[in-house]
Amino acid sequence: MTSGDLSRRRFFAQAAVASVGMTVPMSVEPGAPEADGLVEVAFTVNGKGERLRVDPRITLLDALRERLELTGTKKGCDRGQCGACTVHVDGRRVLSCLTLVATMDGKRLTTIEGLAKGDRLHPVQQAFIDCDGFQCGFCTPGQIMSAVAVLREGHAKSDEEIREAMSGNICRCGAYPNIVEAVKQARS
Amino acid sequence: MDFLRPLTWDEALAYKAGRPEATPIQGGTDVMVEINLDKGRPAALLDLNPISELTGWSAEGRTVRVGAGVTYSRLIGELGSLLPGLAQAARTVGSPQIRNRGTVAGNLGAASPAGDSHPPLLASGAVVEAESARGRRMIPIGEFYTGVKRNALAPDELIRAVHVPAATGPQYFSKIGTRNAMVIAVCSFAIALHPGERRIGTGIGSAAPTPRRAVAAEEFLAGELDWDGRSALDPGVARRFGELVAEAASPIDDVRGRADYRLHSLSVMARRALGWAWKDYAGRGSA
Ligand SMILES: Cc1cc2nc3c(=O)[nH]c(=O)nc-3n(C[C@H](O)[C@H](O)[C@H](O)COP(=O)(O)OP(=O)(O)OC[C@H]3O[C@@H](n4cnc5c(N)ncnc54)[C@H](O)[C@@H]3O)c2cc1C
Repeated sequence: MTSGDLSRRRFFAQAAVASVGMTVPMSVEPGAPEADGLVEVAFTVNGKGERLRVDPRITLLDALRERLELTGTKKGCDRGQCGACTVHVDGRRVLSCLTLVATMDGKRLTTIEGLAKGDRLHPVQQAFIDCDGFQCGFCTPGQIMSAVAVLREGHAKSDEEIREAMSGNICRCGAYPNIVEAVKQARS
Repeated sequence: MDFLRPLTWDEALAYKAGRPEATPIQGGTDVMVEINLDKGRPAALLDLNPISELTGWSAEGRTVRVGAGVTYSRLIGELGSLLPGLAQAARTVGSPQIRNRGTVAGNLGAASPAGDSHPPLLASGAVVEAESARGRRMIPIGEFYTGVKRNALAPDELIRAVHVPAATGPQYFSKIGTRNAMVIAVCSFAIALHPGERRIGTGIGSAAPTPRRAVAAEEFLAGELDWDGRSALDPGVARRFGELVAEAASPIDDVRGRADYRLHSLSVMARRALGWAWKDYAGRGSA
């Protein structure tokens, strides 16, 4: 038995998603760094191709906020503990503060800005509004990105399971009960 | 800081041979915290993510070879029945986002005494496949941890995979922390029953400078259990096993817990984990 069968299935699933109206940029040739120490990377964010020359120490979080002006993704703790910077990379939720943008070459990213279709909110965004799933709102983009992934992962069958699956996203206002309600509304 | 992007394993070994000071990065969930907190900037980063062969696992005979790039999430989803102890430990690591990136190889690279992979790797008798441009080396897990956050890798070596024997009996992992998610262990314990060899495996985490086995506890218990009759566990034996596990530890007081608390909770965890494992074994009846 090998992991090949499973990853192949996952690959096809992703390929199907990727082919729906998205442009995948050519990835940059890997290899040795350039003379000035900068690294070139190309990826898509919310369906749009981006190409950046970056200092290799720059996190995906800082690149999104400072270089691409996508400030919906929030910087909370910058050490992986709060979940405010959660984004999707190739469909899976990760912490952009613990991800180097230089490792994103050829990847497909989704941030909170990529969820709504024009003025039509994503069902999870609508559910957070309907259920009052936030107070100050700072953790909300990360909560919503996590919740979208939780629903896709199928880990929202009970309140208990939702709480466990959302445990990487901290809300200092304590809106947890309403966040659980929002995930349940979006589930149905 | 240089950013090295090998595409193949051989390229990675060549880079590491030329730049032994380069820090490998897989999931980045340890490396990035250090970079963001500016605790020492690596001279160079060696990004192992583009090497797709590392993200595979395969069952070779009775052993599962887990590539260095296999994340905790995949381990939980795909290897829960072959490697139940390691999968249980993986479920307790960080948060879902951390588990989507973090790896057992990274846990071994960091070699923190609190790393959750270590107790089940010790209990099941894993072997680390290390390689450099000079050749390959199979390091038994008991020889891998050499000190607090130190391991047996040579500067030019990389972990390619971890070989973990598939479970032949019940395995359990137990961890004490302040809440149910996102906690570094105050202390942790793993047990594996190896009924074919009438042998017990153990692993203790966060209660000594390195993760370690409780060898005297293993030997005591193996001799006391009713392997053939599968009769109920003698509470006295379970209690003694817990004491011997605690005796194998040498914890310190630190921000997460006091030494005496660690010793007490280790004996309780060991007794309970044995209880769960024996219940499974006895309940299964003779094969
Ligand atoms: C918020 C948070 C919570 C956490 N919670 C837990 C927890 O509950 N339990 C726990 O055990 N850990 C926890 N960690 C620590 C971390 O997630 C784990 O140690 C994880 O296993 C690291 O894997 P990685 O692939 O991300 O490693 P990386 O960060 O990529 O690397 C870690 C170390 O290993 C080295 N390395 C990586 N790959 C290789 C290789 N192939 N060969 C040689 N060296 C290599 C790196 O150079 C580095 O020194 C947590 C971290 C964070 C940020």
